Amino acid sequence: MRITIDRDRCIGSGQCVMTAPGVFTQDDDAVVALLPGQEDGAGDPRVRDVPMACPVQAVTISGE
Amino acid sequence: MTETDIRPTGSPDLSFPQDRTCPYQPPKVYADGRGQGPLSRVELFDGRPAWMVTGHAEGRALLADPRLSSDWGHPVFPVVVQRTEDRGGLAFPLIGVDDPEHARQRRMLIPSFGVKRMAAMRPLIQDLVDRLLDDMLEKGPTADLVSAFALPVPSMAICELLGVPYGDHDFFEERSRDFVGAATSAEADAAFAALYGYLHGLVAKKQAEPGDGLLDELIARQLEEGALDHNEVVMIALVLLVAGHETTVNAIALGALTLLEHPEQLEALRNDPGLISGTVEELLRFTSVSDYMVRMAKEDIEVGGETIKAGDAVVVSISLMNRDAKAYEDPDTFDVRRNARHHVGFGHGIHQCLGQNLARAEIEIALGTLVTRIPGLRLAVPVDEVPIKAGHDAQGPVELPVTW
Repeated sequence: MRITIDRDRCIGSGQCVMTAPGVFTQDDDAVVALLPGQEDGAGDPRVRDVPMACPVQAVTISGE
Repeated sequence: MTETDIRPTGSPDLSFPQDRTCPYQPPKVYADGRGQGPLSRVELFDGRPAWMVTGHAEGRALLADPRLSSDWGHPVFPVVVQRTEDRGGLAFPLIGVDDPEHARQRRMLIPSFGVKRMAAMRPLIQDLVDRLLDDMLEKGPTADLVSAFALPVPSMAICELLGVPYGDHDFFEERSRDFVGAATSAEADAAFAALYGYLHGLVAKKQAEPGDGLLDELIARQLEEGALDHNEVVMIALVLLVAGHETTVNAIALGALTLLEHPEQLEALRNDPGLISGTVEELLRFTSVSDYMVRMAKEDIEVGGETIKAGDAVVVSISLMNRDAKAYEDPDTFDVRRNARHHVGFGHGIHQCLGQNLARAEIEIALGTLVTRIPGLRLAVPVDEVPIKAGHDAQGPVELPVTW
């Protein structure tokens, strides 16, 4: 699985962090960031729900 | 509760908005629109036709679509109650502007509402909630849960976050209420002018004597650097102060009422406090305090087998999207164990609520603590005697008499 984040689109809603807190975080500007080493989703099935949870399609997932 | 039909089912010119009869149920006449597909036709008070979007998937797609505008300043932007546009040419930041203006303003503000900042607010909110309940219990065994609890929690929290002196709360609570709830333009304009004047003075005072709230940060970082002018700071303060007052109060009061009216669900929550965050999401879905959003199409948009034409008025029905059977099983059942994911209680798209994580923390701590500390809590009047707000307003009880 490969997670792509679009930091320019992000509005800081935090839906990604709420959905998969082990993978997503917010930086000091409250913009989406991936936790170090978690770029492949770390096997967390909740990551699959993040693209739908994000209000502005700032997160996309490709691959298995 | 029984609902009263105002017009025949499926009437093409249903007048929007309608008042709720049951505080936590969308008006039955809207629900009848669900039979017509994801979009139906309604008429606004001024005779303007509008699309009412009730499908969950279609509504989410539209709220995320940049072809739908939130530009309140547009000369023919649709309105749902009689209001003048006489705000002295002042635009409403965030809620009343489109990107890229919206994105510029939102970026300045999101650090103050980020997940980490909100987590750091939780002990303060818990302390507020504990003190308010101490006070309520001491004065009891009856109270108006709105004025004694549901209002002061978000009021104190937003004051703390913004750096607005809570000592002035009687003044701005009343004006916020009048501004949002007013049925006439004269009332709304007077409340707006009073709030604007108050915050204009506060920003000037803070420029001379800085504090440590969000407004102080905006003044220091943005006003001084020339990224914002004085009026914009005042208008941002006004939008955040009003939004902080007129939404979460309803979510707490209507949440308490909904739990009290579903005793088996309340019992489940009392027995397993770990259900509280799921309960809050389900309450946001089920009660839809912000019942609708208003937009205007900038271009033609094909959706749900219909064509929304450029210039058309669009009412996105949050309450019916949250009750769409295609998105939620038994959508009209309140179930604290449900996964209410993808509800649109905070909206969707670029305008999704900036303060949503503050609101979540407030609702969760307020309701979780309330049901634990007052196990005998009950309504002091029958539910159909609880006065509720008009259909155009944020939804919730005007007052909520309780006893224990």
